[in-house]
Amino acid sequence: MRVTSRRYASCIVVRPEGRLDHDTCDPFGTQLTLWVDTAARDRGTLVLDLSGLEYVSSAGLRCFMLGSRHAKASGTAIVVAALQPMVAEIFAISHFDRLFRVFPDVRAALAESSGEALAAFDKA
Amino acid sequence: MRVRFWGTRGSIPVALTAADIRDRMAQVLMRASGRTFASFEEAHAFARDELDFSLTHTFGGHTPCVEMVIPGDEYYVCDVGSGARPFGTHVLAREAGRPATVNVFMSHVHWDHIMGFPFFGPAYVKGTTIRIHGVHDVLEHAFRLQQSPPCFPVDFSQLGARIEFVKLEAGRPYRLNDVTVTPHLQLHSGDSYGYRFEHGGKSAVYSTDSEHKLEDRAEAEGFADFFRDADVVIFDAMYALAEAISVKADWGHSSNIVGVELCQMARAKRLVLFHHEPANNDATLEALLNEARRFEELTRVEHRLEVSAAYDGLEIDL
Repeated sequence: MRVTSRRYASCIVVRPEGRLDHDTCDPFGTQLTLWVDTAARDRGTLVLDLSGLEYVSSAGLRCFMLGSRHAKASGTAIVVAALQPMVAEIFAISHFDRLFRVFPDVRAALAESSGEALAAFDKA
Repeated sequence: MRVRFWGTRGSIPVALTAADIRDRMAQVLMRASGRTFASFEEAHAFARDELDFSLTHTFGGHTPCVEMVIPGDEYYVCDVGSGARPFGTHVLAREAGRPATVNVFMSHVHWDHIMGFPFFGPAYVKGTTIRIHGVHDVLEHAFRLQQSPPCFPVDFSQLGARIEFVKLEAGRPYRLNDVTVTPHLQLHSGDSYGYRFEHGGKSAVYSTDSEHKLEDRAEAEGFADFFRDADVVIFDAMYALAEAISVKADWGHSSNIVGVELCQMARAKRLVLFHHEPANNDATLEALLNEARRFEELTRVEHRLEVSAAYDGLEIDL
């Protein structure tokens, strides 16, 4: 699995690509914790751009949940955006859409988080 | 081999209320609006074929008690929750005065898994043999304790049946008559044990009150081996995944989604969702079943897993 990140003002957009499951969740979870720390330090939001995520298992969803718990404890939040249809359905089936704010795309997620982040996104 | 479910609810028995039945009848009347039925059979066929399960049935009901029906003279049952009362009535009726031999396999001794024993009719019949198998050291103590004053009027020592406690070791297969039974350690407060039953080339796994830590691949693989190629896996699916790993993490239970994943890893043939959350009504339980079925479809790779939800009275032929 490949993961990239981009900054938009105080917000961080993290984009995992491929499959998030037992084999890939540990390194992803470690990275996610570090990004949450950065977002918290800058008083921004962490947006998970899931447009490149093909599949997420229960172990992968647990990574999101642990990241979200860490974010709340650090005074920030993780939101998710741009879910592919299959991943969107898995979010609904597992009731993860009740734990996370879900946005149709990254722009909508940033618009909700910060005007500066939205401006930076539109400019990029 | 057949699996017969006498009790399927977790934690505490649940019954439909008068208001539930009234609401349900009103919904059925709305669904049948404008229809006429020439006979009871025609109305029955409408209820069976055209109405949702959550309108025409109830998941129930009693706390865990699951019978493995295996040809021969003896009975095999997992846990003696409140479902042990109707199971006992069934044994007494079937034996019609003959003394029965009942082999009980205990997942653990939390109250919902032992509460039916004081109401298990055969325990009061002289000549009956009850062998209570389990891995916990406290097995006998727990059974005696719940039938001690001031909790129950009949002391354990007054029961008419010959009651034996049989200590098992986890991971070791045991042969009883022509049945092989293997206990497996599970994560639950005070530990719990699943059981794999094998007879005549068929296998059934009873795995309730079992939490799965998703980050632990070795644990998942251990359960996949325990479930391997089973004809049926009866699985603790008390919660939706989000609940199981957030607010109810460390409560010792699992989810429908993890049940599908482990059974797919094990290439089991059928998953039965079990130990239903008492706060969930029939419509919610049906929704959880449909979500599990959809998840199985979405994630299926060649091997098809049949998914159903247990209810009191369900029978599955293997």
